[in-house]
Amino acid sequence: MLVVLVLCLLFAFFAPRLYRLLGRYVAIPMAILPFGIFVYLLSFFPEVLRGSYIIQLYKWVPALGINLQFRLDGLSLLFGLLITFFGGLIMVYAAGYLKDNPLLGRFYLYLTLFMAAMLGMVTSDNLFCLFLFWEITSITSYLLIGFDNKNVKARSSAWQALLVTGMGGLALMASFILINLATGSYTFTELLAQNTSFSGHSYFAPALILLFLGCFTKSAQFPFHFWLPNAMAAPTPVSAYLHSATMVKAGIYLLARMSPVFAGADAWGYTLVVIGGCTALLGAFLALQHTDMKAILAYTTISALGQMVMMLGLGTTVALKAMLVFLLAHALYKGTMFLAAGAVDHCTGTRDITRLNGLARLMPVTALAATLAALSMAGLMPFFGFIGKELLYEAALSSKIYVWLVFGLTFLTGIVYVAVAVVLSFGIFWNKVKHPTKLEHAPGYMLYLPPFILGFLGVAFGLAPKIAVTPILERAVQSISRGELVELELALWHGFTKELGLSVLTIILGLLLYKALKFVQSRYAILNPVYNLGPERLYHKAFDGFLVFAKKLTMVLQNGNLRRYIIYLILFFSALMFYVLWHDTPHILFASRVVIIQELPFHDVVIFVLVSSALFYLLGTRSRLTSIVVMGLVGYSAALIYIMFGAPDVAATQFLIETLTVVIFVLLLHKLPAFIYLSHQFKKYNYIAISILFGTVMTYTMLVVQDHTIESELKTYYGQTSLLEAHGRNIVNVILVDFRALDTLGEITVLAVAALGVFALLRMQPEKGEKP
Amino acid sequence: MEILLPVLTGILFSVSIYFILHRHLFKLILGLILFGLATNLFLFVVGGMKRGGIAIIAQGNEVPVEPYSDPVPQALLLTAIVIGFGIQAFAIVLIRRVYQTFRSNNMDNLNNNEKI
Repeated sequence: MLVVLVLCLLFAFFAPRLYRLLGRYVAIPMAILPFGIFVYLLSFFPEVLRGSYIIQLYKWVPALGINLQFRLDGLSLLFGLLITFFGGLIMVYAAGYLKDNPLLGRFYLYLTLFMAAMLGMVTSDNLFCLFLFWEITSITSYLLIGFDNKNVKARSSAWQALLVTGMGGLALMASFILINLATGSYTFTELLAQNTSFSGHSYFAPALILLFLGCFTKSAQFPFHFWLPNAMAAPTPVSAYLHSATMVKAGIYLLARMSPVFAGADAWGYTLVVIGGCTALLGAFLALQHTDMKAILAYTTISALGQMVMMLGLGTTVALKAMLVFLLAHALYKGTMFLAAGAVDHCTGTRDITRLNGLARLMPVTALAATLAALSMAGLMPFFGFIGKELLYEAALSSKIYVWLVFGLTFLTGIVYVAVAVVLSFGIFWNKVKHPTKLEHAPGYMLYLPPFILGFLGVAFGLAPKIAVTPILERAVQSISRGELVELELALWHGFTKELGLSVLTIILGLLLYKALKFVQSRYAILNPVYNLGPERLYHKAFDGFLVFAKKLTMVLQNGNLRRYIIYLILFFSALMFYVLWHDTPHILFASRVVIIQELPFHDVVIFVLVSSALFYLLGTRSRLTSIVVMGLVGYSAALIYIMFGAPDVAATQFLIETLTVVIFVLLLHKLPAFIYLSHQFKKYNYIAISILFGTVMTYTMLVVQDHTIESELKTYYGQTSLLEAHGRNIVNVILVDFRALDTLGEITVLAVAALGVFALLRMQPEKGEKP
Repeated sequence: MEILLPVLTGILFSVSIYFILHRHLFKLILGLILFGLATNLFLFVVGGMKRGGIAIIAQGNEVPVEPYSDPVPQALLLTAIVIGFGIQAFAIVLIRRVYQTFRSNNMDNLNNNEKI
């Protein structure tokens, strides 16, 4: 698998270069790749059909349990075949659809990258490996939706899709971590092998909720469905591939994978049935009111995804079967319809169903493909969609929970599908009118062949399900139902069952709905105020609010005023210190200090009084010279303190440095600005408060430290070795020039650099013509 | 002095921060210098100060006699003081230069870069 993925990456990143070499014939190698992988995956067919699965392990971060581990079983293989076959057709189609676009190479880059990620995702066994590929699909989806980067709508839709699915991705990662913590397993294989459910674990509920968040955002379930219709801003091949056939099914895939692990829990079934049901109904309902072909298809896709989630929620074997069969049928007919819609859009320049009619004579193959797909979607007899619909009804009727609700929803959406199918085939292509829509150009073979092939497969699978799809579907069902092998009887004719009767009823009601569609659509306007309150509005509010908040926060924290930065630093530091001192350290016993104060020697008090009064004087003085003198006084006092506490070297240095500072200061005095008062009185008080706060925190810290002196081992070490090994009696000096000599060298370098800087600044003359 | 020095250092910190927060360039230098001084004293206190006992090995001895003060913080301090001086000198000259260029002693006026 790794080889395949690497090959995909290579092809992806060479696509722009190939485009420069081959022009639009770049489609040939790009389409050969997915078909090649398709054949490669087919080579695993016999092994998977024997009921075994293939595991391939490449170590990546074994210490963290993150490995590139791939698992190819029935479900993975089904998805893998779907992805590659579809991918190949889309590559061809894209060459026709975007043939004049100079960015075709880039388009293939994104698309191939997406395909690689999708393939990696459905074959991943390791949870984190899956997460990685999951995120790549989100990112490539973002790039593909925003492919038309000059279009504001496309850009904002891409953002929206990325934010929503990205948020879900984060939730998913958290969920995986929790699952891992609770069960200790990193791979699906381990998870499935565990017999005991971890439903009793305290992490079970959060892991489940987060998993739902991840899958629902990806698969556009209510209330996160809003990004999918907006994602239709992408070029049609992308909509067909990502947002109908593959990527949005990633959520379904993961839920299906996880269902053996979670299915025992009540929360699993009820949540999925309720959310899936809501989504199915909402999608169907919204699909009816749109006149844009892609919008209609998007909403029916949402509805179909809801159906699948609902079936997963039911969890019975027949429901799982129905889910997978419907998934395949849906991918086939929805892909076809998208591609046909794209062809119509490309040739006529519009996607509005009210302006399109009688196209069958002008684009016969597209019309045929769309009709085949529509018949499959409506669930007519010899088509694969029919089998899917029968199974859905069977599963709904045998549901253990909410049986009438589940069946009612399935039935209602079925009716809507029929109506939509009629709109998108009969209404556009076969409706006899005097003035059929004019074509801007006829569709090329690249535009009509891929949908035709897909549409044809819908019939072929329907006519011969036993040879074509039953074995792989059986194994796929097996891999999501704890390994039990289930017999899958797919046939068109089961005799006169009640499902057959219901199918017929669905079609009749659907046709009636089509007749009444104009009337229904005219009534939709009443609902507009309701949509304004929908989740999309919430998204926009949150998004805008976030931006405003971020801007405000930045303006408050980082407004470019350096003093404010210092204030925040000090306040934050003080708060941290305060917390630590209050929370973690023993408090000072002030009582014991009183004795020490009484025993203070006289000269100490003199220095203290001298320095502190000097400092207070410094605060008030307006003379620069006085300031310098007072500052020198403070420095010399510090030197005195060093002497008193056994640090003559430090004191000597301090004397020297202080003198030098004063000298430099005085030399430059006449070139330095004179005093004036600049700050407002009010601000001054703020500053005073902050300064006192900082000083107090520092004093308190020092007092605490004094209570807990530690004897350092270094002191003893340097004491022992100073004379004997380094041959020096002054330990401080020995440390500086011997033990830590390199540090001192660094220090000298710093000084030298500073001296150079000073020299440059003093000597540098403004260039002529410039202001001084 | 052990009890007074933390208080003194605290005052020094307060005054220096107050000067740094000022808009006036000259006070900024004063603040920087005082802050360096305060930090040095802080290190000195935290390093465990002892009265008397110089960290020098007397003639005739091979190792220093207790009590003697810890040489490590002192070595650190020496480095800190010297580096601090480098920064101070550079800051003073830089501020002189800025003042020459902008003819302003108000730091808030330096944000506009038209004059450079």
